[in-house]
Amino acid sequence: MTSRRLTGAQILWESLVREGVTCVFGYPGGAILPAYDAMLDYPIRHVLVRHEQGAAHMADGYARATGQVGVAIATSGPGATNLVTGIATAMMDSSPVVCITGQVGSKLIGSDAFQECDITGITLPITKHNYLLTNPEDVAATVREAFHVARSGRPGPVLIDMTKDCQQRACDFEWPEEAPVAHQRPNLSPGDAELARAVDLIHQAKRPLILAGNGIIASGASDLVRRFAEHADIPIAMTLLGIGGVPASHPLNLGMMGMHGEAWVNTSIQEADLLIAVGMRFDDRVTGNVKTYALNAKKIHLEIDRSEINKNVKVDAGLVGDCGQLLTALMPRVERGNHAAWRAHIDALKGDAAVRDIKNLPDSGHLYAAHVIHDLWRETGGNAVVVTDVGQHQMWEAQYYHHDQPRSLITSGGLGTMGFALPAAIGAKIARPDAEVWVVVGDGGFQMTMAELATIAQEGIDINVAIINNGYLGMVRQWQEFFYERRYAATPLTSPDFVKLAEAFGLTAARVTERAGVIPAVQAARATKGTVVIDFRVEQEDTVYPMVPAGADLHNMIRRPSVLAETGADQ
Amino acid sequence: MITFVVHVENKPGVLTRVASLFRRRAYNIESLTVGSTETPGVSRMTIVVDTDDEGAHHVEAHLYKLVNVLRVDNVTARPNVIRELTLIKVATTAGTRPEIFQLADVFRARIIDVSADSLVLELTGGTAKLDRLLEVLEPFGVLEMARTGTLAMARGEGPGRTAAPQARATAAAESQDIAYSV
Repeated sequence: MTSRRLTGAQILWESLVREGVTCVFGYPGGAILPAYDAMLDYPIRHVLVRHEQGAAHMADGYARATGQVGVAIATSGPGATNLVTGIATAMMDSSPVVCITGQVGSKLIGSDAFQECDITGITLPITKHNYLLTNPEDVAATVREAFHVARSGRPGPVLIDMTKDCQQRACDFEWPEEAPVAHQRPNLSPGDAELARAVDLIHQAKRPLILAGNGIIASGASDLVRRFAEHADIPIAMTLLGIGGVPASHPLNLGMMGMHGEAWVNTSIQEADLLIAVGMRFDDRVTGNVKTYALNAKKIHLEIDRSEINKNVKVDAGLVGDCGQLLTALMPRVERGNHAAWRAHIDALKGDAAVRDIKNLPDSGHLYAAHVIHDLWRETGGNAVVVTDVGQHQMWEAQYYHHDQPRSLITSGGLGTMGFALPAAIGAKIARPDAEVWVVVGDGGFQMTMAELATIAQEGIDINVAIINNGYLGMVRQWQEFFYERRYAATPLTSPDFVKLAEAFGLTAARVTERAGVIPAVQAARATKGTVVIDFRVEQEDTVYPMVPAGADLHNMIRRPSVLAETGADQ
Repeated sequence: MITFVVHVENKPGVLTRVASLFRRRAYNIESLTVGSTETPGVSRMTIVVDTDDEGAHHVEAHLYKLVNVLRVDNVTARPNVIRELTLIKVATTAGTRPEIFQLADVFRARIIDVSADSLVLELTGGTAKLDRLLEVLEPFGVLEMARTGTLAMARGEGPGRTAAPQARATAAAESQDIAYSV
């Protein structure tokens, strides 16, 4: 192999290009300047963000939209610390992101130099792994390894901190063609006996359920889960991050479970005699009180991260590995099932919920968030990539937008990061330029990262933004309503005129205050080239139902009030 | 108490990564020692954790998620040798000195320094033996005490030599006992 003499900065880009990177999200500064200078000579699109948190979320959105590694780049000190929220967000939701930060010169490390900050120390618990590079000789192999670590096993974020002299000094460049072989783990794939035990549990079950999570999307096992469910005739409940992994329109897909899951889903979990958890981790938002969680059910856990097995919920069979491979191994051993009676029972549970559903009620003239989401779903044919923020609108989106495609819902689940949606949507759109991308965001979360509207304008990004504007930090207000006697501490929220604001950024904007205005506004936004921001002024004190209060039993939900149902029946 | 022998890559920050893991997951480290091994580039940690068998499974699984960790062995239930070294400085008078010498003899501790009003004992052994010596010396007045923390090694064949990271991974890749990485 011929080697060339290149600087560490050049080797960085040589390596990134070889890893398939075509776009990075970043913000320049002193300690990363050599890398930025070298970047101009490589076929890389650089998206200039307005805050480094946006860069990390964009890289995350890029990764979630495609499964490819997203890359963020920032300078030392404040540039690096601004990435932290985005890195933690990616860690909690197992998203493959590589962050590159500049660092002060290696001779200055430890001297509290200008814009020095121990970012490898800070990000140690929120990255899969991180590196501090001081020698250009180490750059190529480290980038190779970092990408491998980010996407292998359970994916996650990796940070590479490069000192300024590491970027500036030259050395011979050789690309390690072989994928890194270090850091392999023992084979824990289940043997025949373990598979047989799981299969026995499946054959004995009369009321089985599949719980499908983010892992089925990360593993690309969507079709396998669907086929497995059809073969064994087992209904499927989805976690928030699993949504889209099995088509919402599939008759076996019951919908979302957990704190704001539908009542029939949570009730089914509590009544089931077998749970087959696939690529999910029994988060507390999914289980409620673990002491009373699915007490009637045997549990099988298919999970690539061994540390998740028996962590929150004790299981009867824990199978470690890629969920696609595990399902492939299980499928031929499992007999064709028929659980018609169980499915009929679950169907009966749905009837009661339907009459309480706001979207089945007559138009009262008020605009509810559920209407906006429902109409958005209808108008986009369910084919948009929807990127949501965190809060009430996020739950309504999960309930009322029916996703049929994997990677069509992008949302911050584990960390619950407000401000995620707008930048993540920019990343998603760049990763999938042909996709129709909608941001669904609250008035609170939008204001956390709305500076990225300038990024949208500068980069000519064509997405649409639906602000669900209720004048409150709605989800917190809802908790105050239920658990703090309506003492609304710091939740009423004054916002700028979002229409004028968007126009100031050079974008198109509209405001909708009544239900009849929703569909025309959505249609106009879809017909408009460039990003359109729509300010939906919805009911102020609307509530997400059902709700399992934090730590309560999963079956003890606060249901949609029956008074709504009665009102509906009266008219 | 659970005793782990953990082989890690000898790289900057590895100790922090391991210690940080225990802190973050709220496990109490009873003792932790690090040192070199027979293989260049590989360090060996003996970690004693205050947890039960279930906690031990979780700790092992979490340790394997650290990129720099090469191998984790829970040696608690295996035939093993566990040793710790202590230095104890105890106050003496002309009257008590012979008695302390006698105690040292019983414990097979060595007296490595004698001053006018104190002496220093060195003892190697299991944790309980060290605790016991400390207990019997206490009435004389223990002025200072230092302990190394536990070292553990399986008896007999045990888990064997730890290959260097690269060689180990290559061998493993060829023998197909790899399911996934990290």
